[in-house]
Amino acid sequence: MLANEPILAIENLTVSFDGFKALNQLTFGMAAGELRVIIGPNGAGKTTFLDVITGKVQPQTGSVRFQGRDLRQRSEHAIARLGIGRKFQTPRVYLNLTVRENLDLACNPRKNVFATLFGRPSSGDKRHVVGLLETIGLEAKADLSANLLSHGEKQRLEIGMLVAQSPDLLLVDEPVAGLTDEETENVGALLLALAESHSIIVIEHDMEFVRQIARQVTVLHQGSVLCEGTMDEVQNDPRVIEVYLGSEQ
Amino acid sequence: MSSEVISRHQQQKRDRLLRGSLELGIIVAIVLVLMLVMPASLPAFRLKLLGRFLSLAIVAVGIDLIWGYTGLLSLGHGIFFALGGYAFAMYLKLNGPEAPLPEFFTLYGVDQLPWFWQPFKSFGFTMLAIPIIPALVASVLGYLVFRNRIRGVYFSILTQAALIVFFNFFNGQQELINGTNGLKTDTDLIFGQVVSSEAAQLAFFETTVALLLAAYLLCRWLTSGRFGKLLVAIRDDENRVRFTGYNPTGYKVFVFAISGAIAGIAGALYTVQSGIITPSIMEVAFSIEMVIWVAVGGRGTLVGAILGALLVNQARTMLSEQFPEVWLFFQGLLFLLVVTVLPDGVLGGFRRLVTWGRSRFASPSLVTYPAVEANPEIQHEREEINQ
Repeated sequence: MLANEPILAIENLTVSFDGFKALNQLTFGMAAGELRVIIGPNGAGKTTFLDVITGKVQPQTGSVRFQGRDLRQRSEHAIARLGIGRKFQTPRVYLNLTVRENLDLACNPRKNVFATLFGRPSSGDKRHVVGLLETIGLEAKADLSANLLSHGEKQRLEIGMLVAQSPDLLLVDEPVAGLTDEETENVGALLLALAESHSIIVIEHDMEFVRQIARQVTVLHQGSVLCEGTMDEVQNDPRVIEVYLGSEQ
Repeated sequence: MSSEVISRHQQQKRDRLLRGSLELGIIVAIVLVLMLVMPASLPAFRLKLLGRFLSLAIVAVGIDLIWGYTGLLSLGHGIFFALGGYAFAMYLKLNGPEAPLPEFFTLYGVDQLPWFWQPFKSFGFTMLAIPIIPALVASVLGYLVFRNRIRGVYFSILTQAALIVFFNFFNGQQELINGTNGLKTDTDLIFGQVVSSEAAQLAFFETTVALLLAAYLLCRWLTSGRFGKLLVAIRDDENRVRFTGYNPTGYKVFVFAISGAIAGIAGALYTVQSGIITPSIMEVAFSIEMVIWVAVGGRGTLVGAILGALLVNQARTMLSEQFPEVWLFFQGLLFLLVVTVLPDGVLGGFRRLVTWGRSRFASPSLVTYPAVEANPEIQHEREEINQ
C-alpha cells in the first residue's frame, strides 16, 4: 500500500538563473522504495534538480512535495531532517575527523545545539555506527582520519553518512566518477543493497554503471524530462539516441 | 603469537587513561606553580605583569575556540574585552572614594548618574554583566552575520568594522564614560581594599589563574565529544553540515557568544591589573595582536593559545624594556616567521620536532613491505581471530 504512494512529486518546476532556464516545466514522480537513475547530457539540469529538492535553490514556479509535504521555503537542514539525504558529486566528508566520528555526526538523532552539547551518544547510536561501518566495508579503518582514505573509500563513507541520517530518500550525485572498475562494482552493490530499504535517486554518466543498477531510468534534456522507462526502452527511444546516447556511438 | 597481540581496543583504552592522568598531573602542577610559587618568588611589579599576561591568555583561549576549531577569524575581540573591562571599572567607580558620582562627570557638567550606570552599583549585577553583556553583543552580531551566511574574510572585516564603531562610540562619549580618558581604577576600592594595593592585586592574580583554568577546561569540554567534532566539521565543510541536518547558525552564534563572554572576563581582570581602561583597548592593532598570539602558539590546540599569549607578551616586555623602538618590527617579523616557517605555531613545530627526533634517534624499527604492523586491516583480522 505504502509502496504505491509517491515519495516525491514534482510539478511544473521552473528554475531560471538570469533568464537561463536550468529547469523548465519539469514534472517528475517517484514511488516509495524505487531506485531511479537520472541521466542526461551535461547542462541538462541534473544537479539543479537535486539542488531544488534539497533546498539549495528556490524554484520560481512549480511545486516539490516529499511524502505529501511541500519542500519550498524550507532550508537545507530542515529538509535533511525531514528525511532526504544528499551525496555530492565529489566526496564531501570531514577530512580531519575519523571515519567513526564522521558517521557519528551524521547519525546523531537530535541535531540542535544543546542536545548535541549535553547529549552523549547512546549505545543505540554506537551500534548503528558499527553496523554502518560493516555495510560500507570500512570497519578496519574506523579510527583513521578520513583524509587517509582512498577516493573510493571516501565515496563509500559519504554514502554511509547519508544512510546514518536514516533518510527515506537518498539523492546520489555521480557516485562512481573517478573510480576504478572494482570500486565502481563495490559502490553499485552498496547502492543495490541500500535500495532494499530506501528510495534512491542516482544521477550518473557512466553507462556501464547505469546498466548495472538501473531499473527505471529518467532522461533529462534542457531542463525537462525527455522520457522515462526501463534501460532498454530508454536506449531504443529515438529522441534519447539523438540527444544523448547517439553522441557516444 | 596470539597471546602477544593485545586487543587494540584495550590498548587504546589504557593509552587514553594514561594520557588523561598525565595531562591532569601537568595541569595541576602548572596551576600550583602559578598560584603558590609565583606570588612568593616574583616582586609585586612582575607578578602584576604576569597577571596581565595571564588575563590576555584567557582571551586567546576564547579566540582559539572560534578560530582554531570553528574557523571564525574574529578581528573584533577588543569589543568584548573592553565591555568586560568597562563593566568592572564602572562598578569600582561607583563604590570607591568618588561615589556616588564619579568625578569626571562634574567636569562635563553632568550632575546625575546616567541610567545605564545605575545597576553597576551592585556587585552581583556586575559579576553577571562582565560575561553576559559581551556574550549578548556577540550573539546579536553573530546572529546577523551567520544567519546571512557571511563567512570567511567577510566575517573578519565585519568584526573589524564593528570594532571601529564601538571604539568611536566609547572614544566620543565624554559625558557618559569619560571618552578617550577612560576609567582609572587604581584608587578605587574593592571590598574595602584599594584596588592597586598588594593584597587586592594578589587576589586578582589568583582569580586570573583560576579563571584561566576554568576557561581552558570549558573550551576543552566544548571541543571534545560530538559538539567539538561538529565545530571542526563546520570549519571544514559548512554546507555538508547543513545537508546532514544541522543548522550551523546556532552553533556558530553559541561559540561566538562563549568566546565573547570569555573575552569579557579577561578584559575585567586585565583592567584591574593595569589600573585603567581606555577606548584604546579597542584599537584595531590590539585585536589583531590577539589573533597573532593564537597563531604563534598554534591554532586549534588551546594550550598553544595560552603559550602564545604568554610568549609574545613576555617577548614584548623584554624587548621594549631594552630596545623600545624595535618591538613593532619584531612583532611583524614574528608573524611572518610563524606564517612561513611554523604554520601550526610553536606547539605544532614542537610536535613535528618530537616526531622527527623519534624517527631519527629512537631504535630503528624494521620497515617491511607491506607494513604489516601499521595496516589496520591486518590488525583487525588478528583481533577477529583472537576473539
